[in-house]
Amino acid sequence: MTITVKFFASLREQVGKSEVQIESSDSLTVEQVWTKVCDNAPLPVHILMAVNKEYSKPDVLVQAGDEVAFFPPVTGG
Amino acid sequence: MKVEITEKAFNPWDQLQTYEKTLTYGKYGAVVPFVGTMRDHNEGDTVQAMFLEHYPGMTEKYLHTLSETALQRYDILETLIIHRVGKIQPGETIVLIAAWAGHRAPAFEACRFLIESLKSRAPFWKRETLGDGIRWVGNNHSIFD
Repeated sequence: MTITVKFFASLREQVGKSEVQIESSDSLTVEQVWTKVCDNAPLPVHILMAVNKEYSKPDVLVQAGDEVAFFPPVTGG
Repeated sequence: MKVEITEKAFNPWDQLQTYEKTLTYGKYGAVVPFVGTMRDHNEGDTVQAMFLEHYPGMTEKYLHTLSETALQRYDILETLIIHRVGKIQPGETIVLIAAWAGHRAPAFEACRFLIESLKSRAPFWKRETLGDGIRWVGNNHSIFD
């Protein structure tokens, strides 16, 4: 299955990627998507994550075609 | 209910008046607006400009959900949220929020709920331009510590 992974703001600069597509024959959780894209680095505790543009948790299973996003704490308003 | 993300500078008072003209006069007895404006200083440094990034699609979706929650939770009639993105200069409006209600108490409560929820959960990120470089606001720690 193909999954689109996006990074935003300071996290995009630290990871060095804006958007990548990954292929996996196994089902993956959001946390495993992070690990796969970020060279096995553990998921930092303060990072926020979303699946298909809604907030998600690390243990949620990702489906084929999903868009997974990781970003730092928000600072709008 | 209206939610707008815009790259253009806007006058919050003009926007408030324009939106209020679409509402039915006589139905509401109170409107509470909140206007957030860019300062020229932060954490002891002079800030020359700011860039506001968002997550296209998710940010709009989140603000719509927030507005619907406010309309269900409080005894209010209407909500308005307009938020800037892109390059912003000191003195310009960052965000306008307003809540219309029959009476002042729910209008105050809903406006407070909207701005506090937006600040803590809506996907926006501020990057400041200082005299000697740029910095992201509020999250300077490394993810790989």
